[in-house]
Amino acid sequence: MTRYAMSIDLRRCVGCQTCTASCKGANATPPGIQWRRVLDIESGEFPDVRRSFLPIACMHCGDPPCEAVCPTEATTKRADGLVAIDYDLCIGCANCVMACPYDARSIVHEVRYAYGDAPMASEAKRFDPGRIGVSMKCSFCKDRIDHAARTGQKPGVDPEVTPACVNSCISGAMAFGDLDDADSGISRLLAETQHFRMHEELGTAPGVYYIWDKS
Amino acid sequence: MKPATLRAAQLAAPKQQRNWDWRAAANFICGGAGGGLLLFAAFAGFGRGATLASLLAGMALIGTGLTCVWFEIGRPWRALNVYRHIASSWMTREAVVALAVFGCGALAVLTGSVVAAVFAGICGGAFLYSQARILAANKGIPAWRHPASVPLLVATGLAEGATLALAIGALAGAVIGVGLVVAALILVLVRAWAWWRYRAGLGSTGAPEAALRVLDGFAPRLLWLGTVLPALALLALLFGMPGLGPVLLLVVLLAAGTGAWLKYTLVRRAAFTQGLAIDHIPVRGRGPAGPAVKPGWKPASQG
Repeated sequence: MTRYAMSIDLRRCVGCQTCTASCKGANATPPGIQWRRVLDIESGEFPDVRRSFLPIACMHCGDPPCEAVCPTEATTKRADGLVAIDYDLCIGCANCVMACPYDARSIVHEVRYAYGDAPMASEAKRFDPGRIGVSMKCSFCKDRIDHAARTGQKPGVDPEVTPACVNSCISGAMAFGDLDDADSGISRLLAETQHFRMHEELGTAPGVYYIWDKS
Repeated sequence: MKPATLRAAQLAAPKQQRNWDWRAAANFICGGAGGGLLLFAAFAGFGRGATLASLLAGMALIGTGLTCVWFEIGRPWRALNVYRHIASSWMTREAVVALAVFGCGALAVLTGSVVAAVFAGICGGAFLYSQARILAANKGIPAWRHPASVPLLVATGLAEGATLALAIGALAGAVIGVGLVVAALILVLVRAWAWWRYRAGLGSTGAPEAALRVLDGFAPRLLWLGTVLPALALLALLFGMPGLGPVLLLVVLLAAGTGAWLKYTLVRRAAFTQGLAIDHIPVRGRGPAGPAVKPGWKPASQG
């Protein structure tokens, strides 16, 4: 079996948003929609204050609440752990948006371009009408993962088949790979660090691990 | 809807959901009341005229709600895809039950069949329950996912159904049995109990502060307009106060109106997202790890 997952080392993230920009470039998301974001969280009270950066996106849950509520079967959990959306089935009811505790999903109801009504050349070339009026979110760059299945390359090892955000991370905070492979980079990394999964108490079994200290 | 611009520090905190607007709220408001009304239409013991009027009103309410939600979805011409996932989706189940509601209801109206009316009533109850479960299945909205929201929404729909049945029965000239008045009175009180149980439950599990503020602002309205005054009016009816028509109208307006208000509050105004959290502030440099951060939340048992 294969269970693709991601780890994000919060000690290393510097909040540069390169992953955000890289995701936007790779997936051509419309203005105002970011499948990956990095939040800037301030906590504590003066003088003991902290600033933390929290990269977030779809958690590709093991028990995805979005999949359970979807009335159309547009959202499915794949055998390799990815949670995918079939844009041709989705009716845009937004039930999955409500079910997701990670604010990972969004629906764009009308065509939007970065600069007014006319698209830039790049927007015109990559515009996908199939994504209007339906739910969308981070796909873990599933086209690359699917390509790996054909070529025999390893996601998380070979950049061509690794999610764009992971490739772009300037501090090496993000790792991707197969959790069911004990020798994968992500498995070894998680074995030697302390980590948490966000909102784990909700029973979603998220596929993104946040590293916060060494073991 | 255009999302409001938020400061960076606010992005992690719970935000009011903006995907289900008044049209989705209308589905819960009309559908819940319609489902409850069908149930009471079937079992109130009215004559043929009042039963038919109640059945038609119940189906009209459910139809109105579903039409509103059809105008909200992003791809309305694919709406039939809603029937694809009955295994776990309460939205699919609601849609399936709606078919049964209209099938049995139409049969009862056209043939006058008591059996069909009873089935329409049962399906109305199932429709109401499905709607309650739709909200509760949404883990992203703490005010919905609490298990106590299901009895609250069911009790609300039943209270609305009983009071609407009373009014329609009276307007259609049916003999109103004491049982229906007592049922309406009990359901108005049960709804209030379900509300306080729900609110206490949210306090004990923790919830976004903004959601609790909205709910607490609504509570006095439910108490006085939705419970005390309708209960007094129903008691007056029970004890034979003259002027039946105006009293019934008051009961319906107050009990059903606050039910709609409650559902609008829950679906729109108190629907704040889970927000994002860090269980451990990471170690940076030589500094130690920090405590958990969960912006915008009131911790459990402080609510």
